[in-house]
Amino acid sequence: MKSIIVVARKDLRIEGRSRTLLARVVPFALLVLVLFAVALDSEPLILRASAGLVWMAILFATMLVVQRSFEIETSDAALDSVLSCTSSPSRVYFGKALATFVQLFALATLLVLCSVVLYGSRVDGDGLVLLVTVMLTATAGLSLVGTLYGVVVARLNGRDSLLPLLSLPVLAPLLIGAARATEAAFGSQTIDMSNGWAWTALLAVYAVVFGSAGAVAFAPLAQGDS
Amino acid sequence: MNTAPSHVAVASIRGTGTGATRVLGAISLALLVWLVVSALFLTPADVVQGDSVRIMYVHVPAAWVAYLAFITTAVASGCSLVRRHRTLGFDRVAGASAEVGVLFMGMALVTGSLWGRLTWGTFWQWDPRLTTTLFLFITYVGYLAVRQVDVDPQQRARRSAVIALLAVLEIPLVHFSVVLWRSLHQEASVLNADGDVRLDDLMLFTLFSGVVAFTLVFAWLVIHRQRLTALADTERVIGLDSAIAVRRAEVAR
Repeated sequence: MKSIIVVARKDLRIEGRSRTLLARVVPFALLVLVLFAVALDSEPLILRASAGLVWMAILFATMLVVQRSFEIETSDAALDSVLSCTSSPSRVYFGKALATFVQLFALATLLVLCSVVLYGSRVDGDGLVLLVTVMLTATAGLSLVGTLYGVVVARLNGRDSLLPLLSLPVLAPLLIGAARATEAAFGSQTIDMSNGWAWTALLAVYAVVFGSAGAVAFAPLAQGDS
Repeated sequence: MNTAPSHVAVASIRGTGTGATRVLGAISLALLVWLVVSALFLTPADVVQGDSVRIMYVHVPAAWVAYLAFITTAVASGCSLVRRHRTLGFDRVAGASAEVGVLFMGMALVTGSLWGRLTWGTFWQWDPRLTTTLFLFITYVGYLAVRQVDVDPQQRARRSAVIALLAVLEIPLVHFSVVLWRSLHQEASVLNADGDVRLDDLMLFTLFSGVVAFTLVFAWLVIHRQRLTALADTERVIGLDSAIAVRRAEVAR
C-alpha cells in the first residue's frame, strides 16, 4: 500500500511542477464542452444531452492524462527504474492509476460545474449523492483502464493514435453507464434514481474487473525487450 | 548489392500450400459452389421477407466464422502466454485468425445492414447484438493495428495476447451494458422457444452447408496466413543476417 502511494505522489508531484493538466488538459476539456454546445446549437437538446457530453469530454481528456502519465515514464527509461524500486509491478500500476484518478476526479468535478453553468443542468440533494458516487466509480474505472492500455502502448511507435483506438471501445460500457447515471442525477425525465444506482453498481463491477485484469497484466507488459 | 544468401534460402521454400491444405481448399471451393447454387436458385423465397431472406445464407455463416475467429484468437493468445516455448507459433495463429475474423465480421456487418434496410427499413439499429458486434470489430481493428507496429516478435506476441484477452473481458461488459441500454433484434429464428424449426428442410440444409463451407474457408485462410507470417519472420532474420554479411564483406575489402 505504501509503495502505491509513493508512486502516486511521485506522479502528482511531477504534475504539480509541470502543470500539464492545468495548462493543456483542462482548457482542452472545456473547449470540447463549448464545441459540443456550438455543434448541437439547440438549448433543450444540449440540456438533454449534457450528461453524455460531460462524460465524452472526460473520456477525451483521459487520453491526454494517460499519455502524459506514460510520457514521463518512457523518457530515459524511467519505467524500468520505477519497476526495480518496488517488489511487485502491480503496485506501480495501482500507483499510477491512483495519480490518474486524482487528476480525473478533479477534472470531472470542474466539468460538472461547467455543465451546470453552461448547459443549465440541475442537481438537488439526492441527485448530488448519486452524482458524487458516479464520479468516483466512473473515474476509478477510467483511470484503471486508461493506465492498463497506457502501458500496452507505452513502448510502441505511434502510441498517440493507438491509445484511443484500443481503449475507447473498452471504455464504451463505462461511458454508457456513467452518462445514464449522471442523467438520473441531473433529474432527467427518462431515467429514475434507482436506475441511476443500478448503473453505478455496473460501473463499480467494471472498475473491479479491469482493476484485477490490470494488476495481472501489468507485469508482462511493463518489462521491456528482454 | 549482394543478397545471394537470402535468395538461396527463399528459393528452397515452395510456398505455403501442402497436400492437406490443397484438399481442404478444394472441398471448401466445392461447398461454396453448392452454397451459391442452392442459396440463389434452389431454396424458395420467404413468405414474409421475400428474396431478401437469401442474404441469411451469407450473413449467418459470416457472423459465425467471425465469432469463431475471435474465440480462436483468444484461446491461441492464452496458450501463447502460458506455453512459453511455443509463444511465437500460437501468436501467429492468433494474428492470422484475428485478421480473417475482421474480414468476416466486416462481411457480417455489411450483409446485416443490407438485410436490415430491406426488412426493418433502416441500415442500422442500436440493438445489443449489433452494437456489441460493432465494438468487437473496432477492438480487433485496433488489435491488428498494434500487431503491425514493428517490434521484436516476442514482445509483439506478449502485447497482442494481453490485448486479445482483455477483449474477452470487454465484450460481455459491452453486451450487458447495451442490453440494459436498449433492445430490439429479430428473435433467433432457427430454434424458437418451443423448439420447432421454422425454416424448411432445404433452407436449413443450405444454411448449415454455408456454415460448414465458411468454417473450412476460415481454416484454410488461417493456415496459409500463419505460414506466411512464419515465412515473413524467417525472411526478416535472413535479411538481417545477409545485410550484416554484406556490410562485413565491404569492411573486409
